[in-house]
Amino acid sequence: MSVFLLANLAPIIFGSLIVFLLLGYPLAFALAANGIFFALIGIVLGVLPPELLQAMPARVFGVMNNETLLAVPFFTFMGLILERSGMAEDLLDTIGQLFGPVRGGLAYAVILVGAMLAATTGVVAASVISMGLISLPIMLRYGYDRRLASGVIAASGTLAQIIPPSLVLIIMADQLGKSVGDMYQGALIPGLMLTGFYAIYIFGVSLVKPHWVPALPPEARTLRGRHLLWRAVTSLIPPLLLIFLVLGTIFLGIATPTEGGAMGATGALIMALLRRRLSFVLLKQALDATAKLTTFVIFILVGARIFSLTFYGVNGHVWVEHLLQNLPGGQLGFLIAVNLLIFVLAFFLDFFELSFIVVPLLAPVADKLGIDLIWFGVLLGVNMQTSFMHPPFGFALFYLRSVAPSSVRTSEIYWGAVPFVLIQIVMVALVIAFPKLVTGSLDRHDASKAVLQYMMPDERPDQVEDADPTRAFMERMMRSGR
Amino acid sequence: MRGLLGFSRLIDGLNQRIGKLASWLVLAAVLISAGNAIVRKVFDTSSNAFLEAQWYLFATLFLLSGAYTLLKQEHVRIDVIYLRFSRRTQVGIDIFGTVLFLLPMSLLMLYLCWPYFSNAFTSGETSANAGGLTQWPVKMMMPLGFALLALQGVSEIIKRVAWLKGLAPDPGVKEHNKPAELELAEAIITQRAAPKQ
Repeated sequence: MSVFLLANLAPIIFGSLIVFLLLGYPLAFALAANGIFFALIGIVLGVLPPELLQAMPARVFGVMNNETLLAVPFFTFMGLILERSGMAEDLLDTIGQLFGPVRGGLAYAVILVGAMLAATTGVVAASVISMGLISLPIMLRYGYDRRLASGVIAASGTLAQIIPPSLVLIIMADQLGKSVGDMYQGALIPGLMLTGFYAIYIFGVSLVKPHWVPALPPEARTLRGRHLLWRAVTSLIPPLLLIFLVLGTIFLGIATPTEGGAMGATGALIMALLRRRLSFVLLKQALDATAKLTTFVIFILVGARIFSLTFYGVNGHVWVEHLLQNLPGGQLGFLIAVNLLIFVLAFFLDFFELSFIVVPLLAPVADKLGIDLIWFGVLLGVNMQTSFMHPPFGFALFYLRSVAPSSVRTSEIYWGAVPFVLIQIVMVALVIAFPKLVTGSLDRHDASKAVLQYMMPDERPDQVEDADPTRAFMERMMRSGR
Repeated sequence: MRGLLGFSRLIDGLNQRIGKLASWLVLAAVLISAGNAIVRKVFDTSSNAFLEAQWYLFATLFLLSGAYTLLKQEHVRIDVIYLRFSRRTQVGIDIFGTVLFLLPMSLLMLYLCWPYFSNAFTSGETSANAGGLTQWPVKMMMPLGFALLALQGVSEIIKRVAWLKGLAPDPGVKEHNKPAELELAEAIITQRAAPKQ
């Protein structure tokens, strides 16, 4: 009887999770309550050990001392400070002037600046809002097609999701149990390729529909010659310094990704102070926004870990594995199915929700099928970009709408995103077809990477207190419970 | 009901203050982490205490801000269906969820985390790392955080029931009904519109 129940409890828990979540109550608490509710049922029915509940605080504690997740507030804070430092504005002004004489020049400037902002911070909102405020009005004034202009801004801003240091990659690394540094290295080439594809698309448009992307008329170019060159150099220095401070130190092994985030945030603070753009009020707002964002993200994770303790306890992961392993086509079949699933789910869920609920279910199966988890994580990261880019919930579109002039219709913003979503899908297919794009840039034997100076909590001897079987069961679950 | 609303205002005020204070921990963690990274490279020394202080601050931040984030309606929902309901139904779901999800969860976690903290407190447990910090202060944040969360849950219920009875304004509407990042963007726009110093 209890064997039968144990086998069916997993689908029941999963089904009720979907109902709980769709109700629309905050995710973190719905997840946690679902886990606790079924833990109690399981204990009453005798299919789960009563000690299960005692393990809950340790699960929460495992989130608290997670060094990787510390990077979430750091990069968020850095992005929000950068947003107000005026760096993006200077860049857009200057690069726009530099490329302006070329057909499509303003669009290239947006793509280039989008990629540079993406390489300094992991926050989509910051890039999209800056570019929407500065470039969009100029593009419209000089006759750019409204759909193209808004599409290129949303897409370039979304590059922050895939070009390191991105929040998605941090969370993906945490969920897949891989190092953030490897994830960053793996994502570098696909991110840069995507940037290139956007530029190629603009080039194509400038050939086929030149009136969509006119060059700036001479009177719009206020800077020329030496002045322009000087401005270009001075406005490029701060972002390049920041990129070095963050990515350089991480890739050279001087800092962990978390420390890279902290140094980047400090650098952004200093820059904003030097430019006299940081008032006390704005600092407080940035701190407040960072605190709230961090809290809701981490609470989803806390909820997910409370949930998964029960879910793994009833062998839910085995059930999911069976479901997914029966897919035809082995590795390729699995990858295609998973990417379709994520693409569809991305219409309803944002990337935090996908990463914390869906990814942990998929990862063990991917691992069993012999899929490199870094490759898998980057692939899903590229795919999840689409969740920012399509209606009705695409955040990039939403941010853009909030700053775009009212002459741009919402439907134009939606339609403008379509070609770029297609490019992102092509990129997903390319990463599936050529795993080397990701794994080729990993130097697995590099021992010089900065590592934490102390033992990871899982290895701490003080956690193994005695050797009774339930204890061993819990230990196993705490470890598998990513 | 008036007494209850007063109680709810008291809780809101408490969590508002705690949330505002806790947000400064972000800055502290940033500076400590950056400082530690630099010191480690330049002077080739590292202190476990500083490494641990970072996550102590991080843990304190999110545990203490949980209730504040709830107060500000910033915990993420999957709102595909929720948004199609009438406001009364939405408020009904909120009450239902708070009573059945949030309160049991936070009270149970409070109950479970208390011994987790008190054991660390009485044993004076320190981390296994050399020079590590005493653990009870950070473990204390667990029961504290869940207690604040439960309190905030009670306050949210009071405000919603009062609204259903027509006694109070709608509490569920986010201040601007936008993500925090967007609020910030607007602050910048207004700042930009104002004449530069």
